[in-house]
Amino acid sequence: MDFTLTNFIFYGFALMTVGSALLVVTVRNIVHAAFSLMVTLFGVAGLYVFLQADFLAATQVIVYVGGILVLILFGVMMTSGRLEMRIHIERGQLLLGGVVALALLTLLLTVIANTPAWKNLTDDGTELPPTTEKIGELILNGPFLLPFEVVSVLLLVALIGAALISRKEVRD
Amino acid sequence: MTLQHYLVISAILFTLGIFAVLTRPNAISILMGIELILNSCNLNFAAFSRFMTPPEDISGQIIAIFGIVLAAAEAAVFLAIILAIYREFGSIRPDEVDTLKG
Repeated sequence: MDFTLTNFIFYGFALMTVGSALLVVTVRNIVHAAFSLMVTLFGVAGLYVFLQADFLAATQVIVYVGGILVLILFGVMMTSGRLEMRIHIERGQLLLGGVVALALLTLLLTVIANTPAWKNLTDDGTELPPTTEKIGELILNGPFLLPFEVVSVLLLVALIGAALISRKEVRD
Repeated sequence: MTLQHYLVISAILFTLGIFAVLTRPNAISILMGIELILNSCNLNFAAFSRFMTPPEDISGQIIAIFGIVLAAAEAAVFLAIILAIYREFGSIRPDEVDTLKG
């Protein structure tokens, strides 16, 4: 393996993603966990750039970091008193969860290492044209038009549902 | 970079997400675990789209974008439910919200 600048940056992003994800699930303060999650989401956006998915990377930053993360912090502010900021975990549950997670990881890594079709697929480094135009074409004038419309309706339903569920009940 | 690099990162993210869902006693931390799982799925879609299909086929990326949209809708409804539960029970620990338990 040669250590070019590209490889160096890739491993930097990979380490950033995995390390901060580890912090998300281990750190005791929930606000710190939310900010670690932000680093993880940025790391995944960087990996999308390496996959030459530029539009996807931008969407990841805008929707996840700009939307979902703010929503999560908002939820923390609304529901956690000063005492509930810190997380207490029972030891038995931690042990059991760790065993299940480790077994799952072993299974996944075994499958990844042993599937013949996935071996030796190397990124040849060819630069693809920007994907935005093609994605717009595929969504608005192609096979993904119907899913796009369905997702629009789903977002509307989620919007109305969230507003309805979270409002104060009016008692008459 | 090979496909397996991305798959390994994604597998680790997925496992950490499952671990968070299993062990964290706070509903918002569980939501963070679910977001990790969804991110690992989207990363897989993008990676397979890059390595397993011809370069001009980017359907996998579009599926990943739909995944992000679904994650946003899910997070909004999730937090609305959490707020309603907090108002009703004064806590968002899942093991304290057990009114339906016999």
